[in-house]
Formats: sequence, C-alpha cells, structure tokens
Amino acid sequence: MASSSNSPCAGCKFLRRKCQPECVFAPYFPPDQPQKFANVHKVFGASNVTKLLNELHPGQREDAVNSLAYEADMRLRDPVYGCVGVISLLQHQLRQLQMDLTYAKTELSKYQNHNLSGTTAQGLMAAAAAATATHHQTLGNNLISCCGGGVTRDHLYHHNPPFFSARDQQTSVLRAFDVSNNYDTAAGVLAMNISSSGIGQHSQFQQPRATAAGTDDRPATINPS
Amino acid sequence: MASSSHPSAPCAACKFLRRKCIQGCVFSPYFPPEDPTKFTNVHKIFGASNVSKLLNEIAPHQREDAVNSLAYEAEARLKDPVYGCVGAISVLQRQVLRLQKELDATNADLIRFSSNQNILRPPQVSGSSIQNPHVLPTSDYYGIYSPWNYNP
Repeated sequence: MASSSNSPCAGCKFLRRKCQPECVFAPYFPPDQPQKFANVHKVFGASNVTKLLNELHPGQREDAVNSLAYEADMRLRDPVYGCVGVISLLQHQLRQLQMDLTYAKTELSKYQNHNLSGTTAQGLMAAAAAATATHHQTLGNNLISCCGGGVTRDHLYHHNPPFFSARDQQTSVLRAFDVSNNYDTAAGVLAMNISSSGIGQHSQFQQPRATAAGTDDRPATINPS
Repeated sequence: MASSSHPSAPCAACKFLRRKCIQGCVFSPYFPPEDPTKFTNVHKIFGASNVSKLLNEIAPHQREDAVNSLAYEAEARLKDPVYGCVGAISVLQRQVLRLQKELDATNADLIRFSSNQNILRPPQVSGSSIQNPHVLPTSDYYGIYSPWNYNP
C-alpha cells in the first residue's frame, strides 16, 4: 500500500510537498486514490489527521483513515447531517424492523398454538402479507428517495420529532454514546426501541470498544449490495 | 442557542481562539460561552476554519443541526479515535441485516405454515430481500461507500 519511492502519496501530491520515506500518509493514501485524501483534507484538515494518526498505534491507522474517509465523504454528501444522518436512518430502519418482526412472531405464535381451521388459515395468509407489506411501501419510497437525493429531515422524521430539535435530545444522544458497552446484542436492540418515541432519544446505541484485529468487536465489512 | 445577550461576552469559539467576538460572528449562535467543551471538541477534530467554511456553505436555518451533528461526530471521534461514529454505523448495519434475515425467516415460516395446511393457494410474497426496503439500498450512497471498503 505504500507509495513507490518515485511516486508521492496522494497526501503529499495534494499538499505539493516531497513525500518522505516516513510520511504518515503514504501507507493509507495511495496516489491512485486522490479523492480520498482530498475529502479528508477538506473536512478534517491535514494537520488534524496527522495528529490523530500519530496518537494511534500503527496497526490501527488503516481503520482510522478509512473511517475518517467515510465520515468525510458522508459529510460532503450531506453537509448538514453527515454520518449522523446515516445513524438516524439506520435507527429508524431498526425500529421498523423490530415492530414488523414482533408482529410477525406474534401472528406465527398464534397459529402455532391453535389448531388451524379454514378461518384461521385465511388469517395466517393475511398475517404473512401484512408482515411484509405494513409500512414497507411508504418506508421503501422514503429510503430510496433519501438515498438518492440525500437525507432530509422530512423523510426521516415524519412520525418523530427532529433529531436535533432540542438540546435535550442531543444531550441524551451524546450521553448514550458509551464506548464501554457492547451494543451488538438483542437486548441492546430492544432497549433502543422500547425507550422513547423520538429519534434522538433512541440513540442508545453503544459502540464496541476497538480491540485487536480479528476479534468480533471490530466492525464487520459491510457490503449491502 | 444564541450566545449571551451581554454585548461583551464572547462566544465559546472566540473565547477559545482568543479573539474579539464581533457582531455577526458565524460561531456565536451555535457555540454559547456556557458550553466551552462543544467548541473545543469540534475544533480539535475538524478545525475552526473548516467548520467556518462549512457553515458558510449551509443555509442559516440548517446551521444549528450541522453544528450539533459535527459536535456529535467530534465527541464520538474523541471517545473512539479509530472508528469514531462509523463504528456505530457498522453495528447498526449488522443489526439491520440480522433483523431482516430474522423477519424473512419468520415470514417464510408463516407461509410454510399456511401452505402445509393446503387450504389456500400460497400468496405472492413480496418479502424477499431484493424488494424489501428494509435491506440497505444498493445505490451508490451506501453500496460503494461502506466504511471498510472505501475506494472513491
């Protein structure tokens, strides 16, 4: 991943300086990805990134750069909300999924616990159709339009108060950001959904503490496609 | 969210930067002097000039949300210098996929239950992942820019 001795890294090329052998950017900003550094520089600034990388163990720097690049890209695509818009959207999706799942499981348990008659079988069909169709068309349209044209408050918040409409919501969001707890449990999902009705107040997601490479706490590679 | 009405009280940003807080300071509505940490965090991660440029490119009615989201991201990055708030995104994406699979399986059970009874014709189910909007859309917005396979 390091640039060759003749080719400056994307960082040094952008900054028009000599790319030294010990350049902190070189391993993570190859010359064939100029946009990556341009984005990071625009949002965070080269000196802030340098300071941040220098405070990290070398083994953590690649992940740090990739997460900074992602954040920068999201911020440039959505200057108002950036990654926070993505978080809100995912939380909303999670709540909807939880509701749908609860409904579907309730229906399933009803029919598993009773002898089926002709009448109940019809109800079963209706339950299956409802569990897949409830809110989906509207939500699907909202998601597609959100993702195609950027996240807007109207799309996200048509049922809920705005994410940042009150300082209290922001405070609860920040307070809930507890790196010492692992969110990746069913209890965490349910807790997030039971708590309240506002999107901001739902932000009880907790971030797994970064650990050595290869452990389950590392964020997984996500390929939604 | 406006700074103190006292004419001589600088906003948290100007106080931090040790400069005169002039009328029309872009920071003052959003960084009140009572909350110095907010600006300190944002400055540490993003830098005052980057924040100033960003705010100037945003409509005034959206600046409060922008500042709050920057403050949130800055605090997240300070708590977790490696992943910042992107770690939370990754966790949430995994949860969404997991629940989606579980929902698909439950729906399949419902359909199987009904077709085993052989009473009614199985319905046309639209719960597949391709059509189900709960699966993250595959537009460029998410499909390419997953945090761990960033390649613009």
